[in-house]
Amino acid sequence: MAEYMAEGKHPEVLFWVGCAGSFDDRAKKITKAFAKLLNKANVEFAVLGAEESCTGDPAKRAGNEFLFQMQAVTNIEVLNAYEVKKIVTACPHCFNTIKNEYPELGGNYEVMHHTQFLKTLLDEGRLSIEGGKFKGKRITFHDPCYLGRANDIYEAPRDLIRKLDAELVEMKNCKRNGLCCGAGGAQMFKDAEKGDKEVNIERTEQALDVKPEIIAAGCPFCNTMMTDGIKAKEKESDVDVMDIAELIANAQDL
Amino acid sequence: MNYLPNILFAIILIAGIGYFSKNVKKLIRNIKLGKDVDVSDNKSERWKNMAMIALGQSKMVRRPISGLLHVVVYVGFIIINIEVLEIIIDGIFGTHRIGLKVLSKSVYGFLIGTFEVLAVLVFISVIIFWARRNILKLARFWKSEMTSWPKNDGNFILYFEMVLMTLFLVMNAIDLDFQSINSGNVISQYIAPWFSGLQESTLHVIERGAWWLHIVGILIFLNYLYFSKHLHILLAFPNTYFGNLKPKGQLNNLEAVTNEVKMMMDPNVDPFAAPAEGVEEEVPAKFGASDVQDLNWVQLLNAYTCTECGRCTSECPANQTGKKLSPRKIMMDTRDRLEEVGKNIDENKGEFKDDGKQLLDDYITKEELWACTSCNACVEACPVSIDPLSIILEMRRYLVMEQSAAPTELNNMMTNIENNGAPWPYNQMDRLNWKDE
Repeated sequence: MAEYMAEGKHPEVLFWVGCAGSFDDRAKKITKAFAKLLNKANVEFAVLGAEESCTGDPAKRAGNEFLFQMQAVTNIEVLNAYEVKKIVTACPHCFNTIKNEYPELGGNYEVMHHTQFLKTLLDEGRLSIEGGKFKGKRITFHDPCYLGRANDIYEAPRDLIRKLDAELVEMKNCKRNGLCCGAGGAQMFKDAEKGDKEVNIERTEQALDVKPEIIAAGCPFCNTMMTDGIKAKEKESDVDVMDIAELIANAQDL
Repeated sequence: MNYLPNILFAIILIAGIGYFSKNVKKLIRNIKLGKDVDVSDNKSERWKNMAMIALGQSKMVRRPISGLLHVVVYVGFIIINIEVLEIIIDGIFGTHRIGLKVLSKSVYGFLIGTFEVLAVLVFISVIIFWARRNILKLARFWKSEMTSWPKNDGNFILYFEMVLMTLFLVMNAIDLDFQSINSGNVISQYIAPWFSGLQESTLHVIERGAWWLHIVGILIFLNYLYFSKHLHILLAFPNTYFGNLKPKGQLNNLEAVTNEVKMMMDPNVDPFAAPAEGVEEEVPAKFGASDVQDLNWVQLLNAYTCTECGRCTSECPANQTGKKLSPRKIMMDTRDRLEEVGKNIDENKGEFKDDGKQLLDDYITKEELWACTSCNACVEACPVSIDPLSIILEMRRYLVMEQSAAPTELNNMMTNIENNGAPWPYNQMDRLNWKDE
């Protein structure tokens, strides 16, 4: 972003990578896949790099409003200094926080989830999907809570899967009734309370019930939870867990 | 003329409505113990929500079986209550079926006929509801919070409705005058023969008995509401009106914190500055909620509105996997504690005396609070726009910001965010490494 600024230019969109997308080995692959798609579609995009910091989502959900607002205000200062107008992110938690919780603290941007952004690129004809590789494959989509219920976005990711000529199958709990993967509300960073099952196992079982070849996700945390679930069920040779961006990038052999 | 029944009726009516009004005042006072919150925005959208969700039952029917049965009972309840109007007028003025004198025979017959059909439908629905609770034993009615009073309360209401519907039909069946006009007795004409062996005077006594029990029953039911989960029949309307309009993922911003954060970020603020003269030193705001008074009044209204149907709990991922958290219990605990605080105020001449108890720990445990994934399934499931998640969040805020009592792993996560801008211990300077890997 600093380089664009130095040249006096404004990129079309800022790609908010997020902590998982920056540091988690699995999520970094999603980041790269999405960046490749942006390049393919000739989107001029920037990232904040070392100037990006946690949005504060897990802190806020854990109850630490102080830490959340410190993070938010710092991030907003950076974003406003670069005169950012439009943000795209592959993480529904960053998406929700920047879109819904930053405005009250002075951060007003047009925020899109990467599945929405990819959908727009397709609709505008800037990107095309060759479905070949995934044609006829059974794919089920796991709704991330912070994309689905939290922001009522259910169709963008599904439209993209349909574009792959894949067979989209729905789990018992989907869309507004989607079952959480177990990571939200800062649960990602702690062990679960005592119970008789892990949430991600329950959700993985729901997914396996519809016998998919691929479980599609739209959130790096859901991705981790579902991948762990598949491993626990020893199904990793039969079922892949992939982000929508990866599906599209793979279909194009990017 | 004997005015005794009229006077007796008026006294019962005034007593019944009077006691109810007294409790409604108490209810409003208790709700107002909550903090103020501005819900004066978007009036048209709020009215629309009330019309769709409460009046139109749009979220009830998402579960078709219980939803449709509920619509029958709800419509029946409202429409049959038109009959109460006639009962009240008859009771006060000593008339008998005043409707017949005001309306034509066919119109009156149509009305009463409709009521009779609805009464039967309500009766059947209530039997099915009862069976779902007690014979099929649906899981959500048998969770740990549904023992003793909550369990009995649910059944009492069903028995009440069965009795009221029976009384209404019997009252019509043995009213010889009504049967003789043979209009509107669509159901009661089949019940009438059951009593055919009895003398006219006996029939009259039974008819009067059913009439009196019906109206007294309704008044008892009205007064039972306050002590029961059944308050939702009234509170569902304001509750859906005041329900959250923002995206579910948007958790509220704490103003008090914003002020402090701004002070911290502003290099020109003198942290040791004495408060300006004339300005009283502010008491530092308490962050989050440890008791009901720390919640806002909409959250307290939520608690009174909850009818313990358990749709929230049955959708909760934590509850489904055996954790202690139950969103319904969060609402029931909030209401029970609020009632306790209200009683305390009544006993202490309008002033709350510290009773050494609070909502946190005495009602809701930390284990429940930390099991929430903030997934909003409970909020989505609630047919009357209750938001258990907002209460869980407020209590987490208290635990973290007032007591520093977060689980160790979460403290580590938060320390990482503070130190290196990510929930994991990675260097912020490495954020762009993915580019070259």
